[in-house]
Amino acid sequence: MKRSRLFLLLSLAVAAIAFGVIATTGISKNLVYYWSPTDITHARDKAYGATIRLGGQVAPGSIRMGNGSLLDFDVTDHQHTIHVRSNGVPPQMFREGIGVVVEGTMVRGGYFQSDRLMVSHNNEYRAPKPGEAINAKQLIKTTKGL
Amino acid sequence: MIATLGRFIILTSVFVSAAGAMIAFAAGKRQSLDGLKLARRFAYAFAALMLLAVGVMEYALLTHDFSVSYVAQVGSREVPTWVTIVSLWSSLEGSILFWGLVMGLYIAGATWLTRKAYPDYMPFAIGTWLSCAAFFSFLISGPANPFVSVPNPPIDGNGPNPLLQNHILMVAHPPFLYLGYVGMTIPFGFACAALLRGRLGHSFLKPLRASLMLPWIFLTIAIMLGGWWAYEVLGWGGYWAWDPVENASLLPWLTATAALHSAVVMERRGVLKGWTVTLVQASFLLTILGTFMTRSGVFNSVHSFTQSSIGPTILVFLAAALLFSVVLLALRVDTLESEGRIESPVSREGMFLVNNLIFVLLTFTVLIGTVFPLVVEAFRGKQMSVGRPYFDSMVVPVGTALLFLIGVGPALPWGRAKRDQLVRSLLLPFASGAILGAIGFLAGARNPWTLVTLLFGGYAAWVTIVEMSRGGAKVLKRGRRRVGAYIVHAGAVIVLVAIAVSSTMKTQTEVQLTRGQSANIGMYTVTFLGAEDRTEPNRTSTVARFAVTSNGKPVTTMEPRMNQYPQMREPIGTPDVYSTVARDLYLSITNIDPGSRSVSVMMLITPMVSWIWIAVIVMGLGGVVALVPQRRVLAAEAKERVPDVAAEVA
Repeated sequence: MKRSRLFLLLSLAVAAIAFGVIATTGISKNLVYYWSPTDITHARDKAYGATIRLGGQVAPGSIRMGNGSLLDFDVTDHQHTIHVRSNGVPPQMFREGIGVVVEGTMVRGGYFQSDRLMVSHNNEYRAPKPGEAINAKQLIKTTKGL
Repeated sequence: MIATLGRFIILTSVFVSAAGAMIAFAAGKRQSLDGLKLARRFAYAFAALMLLAVGVMEYALLTHDFSVSYVAQVGSREVPTWVTIVSLWSSLEGSILFWGLVMGLYIAGATWLTRKAYPDYMPFAIGTWLSCAAFFSFLISGPANPFVSVPNPPIDGNGPNPLLQNHILMVAHPPFLYLGYVGMTIPFGFACAALLRGRLGHSFLKPLRASLMLPWIFLTIAIMLGGWWAYEVLGWGGYWAWDPVENASLLPWLTATAALHSAVVMERRGVLKGWTVTLVQASFLLTILGTFMTRSGVFNSVHSFTQSSIGPTILVFLAAALLFSVVLLALRVDTLESEGRIESPVSREGMFLVNNLIFVLLTFTVLIGTVFPLVVEAFRGKQMSVGRPYFDSMVVPVGTALLFLIGVGPALPWGRAKRDQLVRSLLLPFASGAILGAIGFLAGARNPWTLVTLLFGGYAAWVTIVEMSRGGAKVLKRGRRRVGAYIVHAGAVIVLVAIAVSSTMKTQTEVQLTRGQSANIGMYTVTFLGAEDRTEPNRTSTVARFAVTSNGKPVTTMEPRMNQYPQMREPIGTPDVYSTVARDLYLSITNIDPGSRSVSVMMLITPMVSWIWIAVIVMGLGGVVALVPQRRVLAAEAKERVPDVAAEVA
């Protein structure tokens, strides 16, 4: 009886460790980072291929509509600027100067390839004044529907 | 004036619940019947005070008394009356007040139903309930006070969050969720009472099980309503995204479902007492964790509100409740002696154990994925989230195994399965599984997990139907609990199959259409007819009209819309869904130009979605069937046990 209980505990421990290992690898492979343009610039090579939610302001004068639903624009936090290429129709409110969150990754071509574009959805969000710092983290947190 | 009255009621309820808790625990310690009687009165008084407080708040809302802070925050003269009434749970302070009301009603109900029984356990149970009640009264009185006086009341307010006004399901989802969440307090009280009393007799199982079943039913429905609401309102075409707030509602459901199963083994075999109690406690703790996650603003969602200072307070309560539960378990679990043991793993009770293992595994999977980003942010200040693929890759195999268990568990006998029983229970029903799998393959299912789900689903459905019909019409009189359980199983099989099919077999496309232009998706042709503006008191909407035809025959007209609420910068879309038995056509506007000449629309065809909503309601109904009390059920089961034991001896 005692021996079988020990065996049971041991096998449970092994199972628990196995589960822990599987779960942590699963999580680390599927992390989504919340970064500002500055964070991406600092992350250098780590930004390539990682799933990133990039938050910032659509830089004034940077929006260029391409063929079909191709869209080019810059996202800035007034310290660094990242060039973004996006597919798909932008949401209704998308325009210059608005806070956006784009999901995607940095590609070797030196731009951010986005497959999801959200504008900040918060009641309290207001566009930052020229020269004012942008809190990208706050922006991402207040973007609903991501 | 009204605000002062509200504050007075809440302060009284803090006093009443705290005093009642102390009286109840003292009565339990001395096993005093008079003390128990007094504690019951305090429980009723708490419920009455909560009812009164909510009455006062609703009065203030309906009379637009903007001198009450909560009314100033969510009230508006412009919104329809139904929105005004449900505004009670549209923002933080009011929803905690509503929580208090639900808690009061639960406590009073449970106290009333047990008034003639279990005098040795009940003081501890009432003491635990009133302790929780004292905490929530405190929360309402201070950190989340809805009754603050506004010195210069505004003439009109903003109204509740537009996302919440946007759909009628908002009336149903929160109350169901609260009835599920708050209801977990009651079995928690019973479980703690068993530990404090140092006994968990066969008779005390009944209130424990019933009090777990009721919130389980509500929570089941609430989770579905939440998914349905997301599907009908958010416009991305799905019903589940492994969002932290969704996970928060799922976690206690998982442990409660596990507890409902282990309680059956406890009843049949007299084992797993400490384990069942642990699961019940975990379910309660996870509801508090869920409240912390959704209500404190650590995650951003529709559910979190900006002015949320209640996070730390809830966290302290969670820590205290966790500590109390763990210490109580550690000190007292040995008093809940096993009265039997499990004969063989290849038996129904063995399958119950595997079931429990799977539910615990699911709980940990979801819990880790949900809490991990919080922990990283707390310790390293970095923000991240765990992506959907993690949850999908972990939960899909385990969920498929669960579906297999729904089949094999009930097919195996109690005690020890003989070889021929085993073969019969596995092979025959698998035929129906193979048929369902083949149908799915012919209908175009190619995803291996979907095919396996269909195979196991057909298997489980066969076993469920055979077991349900066993005993014929007599069953409705005698084995109602068993039938109820199988109805739940039948619903669960359909839900799991429908989730597999709908998530792997959908077609999606996004098109830009000018007026008169058409696009094809699947069997449908969608034509943009034009758009018009409509003005309602609380919003203006741009409604796009689409004609849907199939093979040239008109099917329906669909009207997805963009709503502009005055207090929101950004318009909110409302998708339109055309549901049939086989599939849903889903249209959601992403962009519409000011002249309404062209529109960008996301079109989606998802098979079997409506099966999910209906099957979850079936699950809830099965729970109700199992819950309806039966006088003779215990006697009948006692008789059933005898031949069981005889068979084992032989």
